[in-house]
Formats: sequence, C-alpha cells, structure tokens
Amino acid sequence: MTGLRVPRLNRRQLPLLVVGAAVVFALAYVLLIAQKPPATGGGNWRTTTFGSAVDDPGSFLRVFLDSITFAGALFIVASGFALIFGLMRVVNMAHGAFYLLGGYIAYEIQQAMTGQGFAIPTSQVNTWEWVVPLLVAAPCIAVVGLITQQGFLRWNQGQELRQALITIAISVIIADQIIAHFPRATSTVAQKFGGSAVSLSWPGWTDRFVNLHVAGVQYSLARFVMLGLGIAVGLALWLWLYRTKTGIVIRAGVDDQKMTSALGVNIQRTFAIAFALGSALAAFGAVVWASQANIASGQDGQWLLNSLVVVIVGGMGSIFGAAVGAILYAFVLNFSATYLPSVGSDCCTQYSIVVTFALIALVLAFRPQGLFGRPG
Amino acid sequence: MRWNALKWSPKTTIERGVGATALVLAALGPLVFNQYWAHEILIETFLFGIAAASLIFLSAYGGMVSLAQTALFGIAGVILGNLATRGGPGGTSKGLHLGWDPTVALVIAIAMTTVIGLMFGAIAARSVGIYFLMITLTYSVITTYFLGQVTLVSGFSGIGGINQYTPGWIGDLIGHPNRLYYISLVAAVFTYVLIRYVVRTPFGITLQGVRDEPVRMSSLGYNVPLHRTLAFGFAAFLASLSGVLYVWWSGQIAPGNVDLPETINLLVIAVIGGLARIEGAWLGAFAFIIIQNYVRSFSFPFLGFGGTLFGGSFNTVIGIIFLLIVLISPGGLMGIWDRAFAARTRFGRAQPSAEAPATTGR
Repeated sequence: MTGLRVPRLNRRQLPLLVVGAAVVFALAYVLLIAQKPPATGGGNWRTTTFGSAVDDPGSFLRVFLDSITFAGALFIVASGFALIFGLMRVVNMAHGAFYLLGGYIAYEIQQAMTGQGFAIPTSQVNTWEWVVPLLVAAPCIAVVGLITQQGFLRWNQGQELRQALITIAISVIIADQIIAHFPRATSTVAQKFGGSAVSLSWPGWTDRFVNLHVAGVQYSLARFVMLGLGIAVGLALWLWLYRTKTGIVIRAGVDDQKMTSALGVNIQRTFAIAFALGSALAAFGAVVWASQANIASGQDGQWLLNSLVVVIVGGMGSIFGAAVGAILYAFVLNFSATYLPSVGSDCCTQYSIVVTFALIALVLAFRPQGLFGRPG
Repeated sequence: MRWNALKWSPKTTIERGVGATALVLAALGPLVFNQYWAHEILIETFLFGIAAASLIFLSAYGGMVSLAQTALFGIAGVILGNLATRGGPGGTSKGLHLGWDPTVALVIAIAMTTVIGLMFGAIAARSVGIYFLMITLTYSVITTYFLGQVTLVSGFSGIGGINQYTPGWIGDLIGHPNRLYYISLVAAVFTYVLIRYVVRTPFGITLQGVRDEPVRMSSLGYNVPLHRTLAFGFAAFLASLSGVLYVWWSGQIAPGNVDLPETINLLVIAVIGGLARIEGAWLGAFAFIIIQNYVRSFSFPFLGFGGTLFGGSFNTVIGIIFLLIVLISPGGLMGIWDRAFAARTRFGRAQPSAEAPATTGR
C-alpha cells in the first residue's frame, strides 16, 4: 500500500475539530475581525462596541484585565465550593447564602468601625477597617458552615441527594432571614432591612489608577488587589493541600475516603476543617466582591450559579480545575458581554448568557467530569 | 375474602379509595368548594402538581433529580406568550407578539419546549446523581438570566395578558374560570395516567433498568444516555403542559416565575409529596399551596421575618418544613404513609395471613 495517506477523522475527532474551529474563530473575531460601529449607526455582524483588539488595544486590555481580576474573586468563592465538594461529595447549595451572609456581616462591621452611615467614601477607610470585617465575617461563616456540617450533614454521609436537599433548605432559611435582618446600618429608613443593596469599601490606598504604560491604559488598583488576593488564596490552598499533613490527609480523603479512615486518620475532623474553611472562603469572596461591586438579596442565586459553573467546567472537586474554570468563565462572561456583535438594540450582546451555556455544554459534551475532574 | 374480589392488598384498597374520593371531590370541585378554593388553590395545585410530577417521574423512574423543570415550565409559557399575543392598541407591549392562532401557538410551544428539553437532556445525560442536579440547576439559573436579559422575547417584566388569547375551542377563560378548572383537572389526570402508562412500556422498563444498573444495561447493549435524554424530553413535555396552564391561569410569565426561589419551590413541592411516587406530586402541591396561602398571615416568635412586603414569614417556614421533611422522611408525605402502614402491619392487629395471599395474588 503505497501512496498518499489521507488522514481520516473518526467520529470522536470531528466534533473536536468543530469546537477547535469555533474557538479559533472567536479569537480571530475579537483580535482582528471585529469593527467599531459606524458613526451613522446600524451595523453588521462585524460591529462590536470596541472594535477588534488591533483597532482598540486599550479597550481590549481593559476587558482582559476585567476578566482576569474578576476571575480572582470568582476563584476565592468557587474554591471553597470545590474544596467541600471534592472532599465530601457534598454539593453545598447554601454556598450562595453563606456568601451573602458573610458580605452583610462584613458590611455591618465596617459601618460600625467607620461610623459613617450608608455610603462611606473609600478615602476614609483605612486598611484595618477593611481587614477586620474580613477577619470577623470569615470565621462567623466558618462557624455557620461547621454547624451545618456537624448538625445536619454529618449523620447523612454518603446520601448525596439528601445532603444537597438539606443545604437547599438551609439556604432558603438563611436567605429569608437575611431579608428580615440586613442591612441594619443605612442612612435612610427605606434602605433598612429587606436585603437592599449595599457595598463595602476598599481601603483608601487602593482608590487610584495604575498607569500601565500600554496603550495609555489606566487601571484600578483595587481590581489588581482583588486579583492578588485570588492568587494568594490559590497559593495558600496549594501550600496547605500539598505541603502540610492536613493537606495530605485531605487529598487522601478525596482519593479514597474509606481507605483513609481505615488507616486510622480521623476523617471526621478533616471533614469539619474543610467544610469550615470552604464556607469561610465564601465569606472572603463576598468581602472582596462586595467592595468592588455591591451585595444585595438575590445574589445568593447568582453566586451559587457562579460557583456551579466554575466547578462544572473546571472539574468536580479539583482546586486547580477551579482556577482554570474561574478564568474561563470570567473571560467568557466579560468578553461575550462586550465583544458580541452590537447590530441594534436587540442584538446581540444581550444574548451573552447563551455563551456561558455554550461553554458548559461544550465542556460536558467532551468531558462529563469537567476539564480537570477525574471520572467516577 | 369475598370483599376482596379485585385482589387488591389492603394498602392498595385504601389508597385507591382515597384517590377515587379525591377525584370525585375534584370533579365536583366548583360545586363543593367556594370560589377562592376552586379557582385559586385547586387550579394551582393541579398545574404545579403536573410540573412536580415531571420532576418525580425523572427522579423515581430515571434516578435523576432535575431542577430544570421550572425553567422548562417557564420556557413553554414564554413561547406561548410570544406566539399567541397580539401587539397594537389593547395588546401586549412585551415580547414578539406575533399574534398566531392560539391553537397553533399552543402546539408549537409544547413541541419547542420538548425539543429544548431533549437538548438539555442530551447535554446532561452522561452525568448522574449529584452532577445532574448541579447541571440542571445551571440550566434553571441560565434560563432566568436569559429571559431577563433578552428584551426581545421577555425582559425582566415578562409578558402579560396571555390568558386573553386562548384557542377558540376552549373559549374565554377569564370569564369562565370553571373551564380552566376542568382543563387543569383533566390535564393532571392525563399526566398521571400517561406516566403510569409510560413506565410500563418497554421504554419505561428499560429506563428503570438504567436507573438501577447503568453499567449492566450499557453492556447489554442499551444506549444509556439516549434513554436518559428521552426521559428528560418526556418530562419537558409534561412541564410544558404545566407552563401553558400557568400562563392561562395567571395571564403572565416573567423571569421571576422561573428564578432560583421558584425552582426551589417546585423541588420543595416534590420533596414534600415524596420523590418516589407520582401521586405525591399533587399531595405536595396541595400542601405547599395551603401553606403558602395561609402561613403568610401568621408571625412566629423568636424568628425575624421580612414582613409582608418581602413575602412575610413564608420562606423561613417553608424552609423549616422542607428541612424537617428531608431529615425525618426522605420519602415525603407519601413516604410517611408507606412507613406508617408498614409499621401498622408489623406491630398492629393486622393478620399477616390475610395479607400474604393478597400480595401474591397480584
């Protein structure tokens, strides 16, 4: 058999090729193909808000930085979810409610410390007035998580569905009680209670723009701090999981729970630690993101979705997967909101959520266990 | 044993007796109950029961607990709203208001929802258990955001006035709520009978095999993901019935009808009723809606509540009830009944000898 061998695609490679082509097209679109809308209005499929990265590198860089810094906050929240899920196979549906509660607790403490009432100018907040709320809110939520785990989940171990239902019930109760009790410190009566939107403030020194000397971009220092905190949490988790004894036990527990406990390890203690820490990370993420944006009743669902997408995409129960999932999701979210064609008022940036759905669908079509998850 | 000519076990006899009584009462509904009960509570029970039955079907026979049923319910309502309503003076301002013939719109809304359900199912079909729950939850939340963002089809305020556009063979539902009552009742009975039928077909039997032994079924040559996908599509069809009835009943559909709290509410209905038995769907819906309608006026000591503006004490109460049901009886109210009867048989006065032939006889 001589002659030219034409490579033949089998059934598995074809869809992969299609996906590859779609990804290449998306990159090419953002980098080269897109155009700025004409001054006369209207547009076609090439029209986007900022045009291509070549046209407008500054806007591209800003969206890029928005994505990567948002991924930092996203990772902090989702890593807690992934930690709990990876070790205990518990889908903590109350993660979003923990996030919300942590954010409101931190808000109350910051208000009490600064004594300013509703909106505090960032310049009047010093570093301690940001760190102390964090250091109070995170342990508070760790305790709430611990109570949930010890009181309700521990004796239902192995019944995954039942545990998920229990955490849903707890999230319903917490979310309703938040509406009844928060926020307390507000300037007007109308804003009091009812879970109305409030925001924390970053410390004053972060309230400036950094000149990047690239395409004239000035970028918020606070958002870089957010990214830095995300990386710090990632590094700390890595050191904890790969360089300490508790971490070794946790990884062993992820691999084989029964064998680990048969070897004389107190797996219940490890579970309690992991659940408390995972819950505290939800509060940590809430403090970070509520300083950047705000916190309001109803965001529990949004952050539960964020955590779910990150974990589904990145791989069930892998911290590294959570990092990759957070980055992918943040990029898809930010770029689809700005780089989808903007032809008219009805098209197409409002369809950005569909791209998120497509991301999940694509990943699950090829790897039901997520990008870095292990089968089974 | 002459009385037991049908060879039903005592438990089946009681259940069928209760079921028949409930059905007769429901059939006489508008005559027996006052207007509020018939047109609000019972219609709502029937239609949410259908949605809950689709969830329970997937859970009991497919081993998949789906949180996407509320989303599919909403999708059907939104599609119907877009197709059937008319714009212009006196018409709706939101959505596409295409003004199609309502019967055509009805068929297309159900068909499209079923197709979307098949698509959702195909993506999630290779995942099981807790992963399935997570993936379907993302469907639900994504649907909410999609409807909220895409002002072309819905937007945050949703579509209203859909109940003015009903098919000619149904007629005016606003003026004649009894019609909607009987349509909902018939749809509920149809759903129940259809599920009972489907689970006895070869497809239904295979699905139960897939639920219990996916690996074994796969090695026997059955296409496991395909069966899960089809089951999901069937459940989407049922959910679409419920969505259509809902928009006829309330007249409007908005992202707020499919958001996370509503998704959880449907799960609560199914869990209160019992995830293992189809009958539980309507039992759960009835219990839930009674609580929803009557708990709002109470306030409880020691717990803070959001006040009437924010839904009152309802969510905390339903959360506590849900928690108790999950902790005490994972089988829900139907599970409590099953266990109570089993306990009576074991410890009570019932004679095992009377029981044995009845059970073997079937």
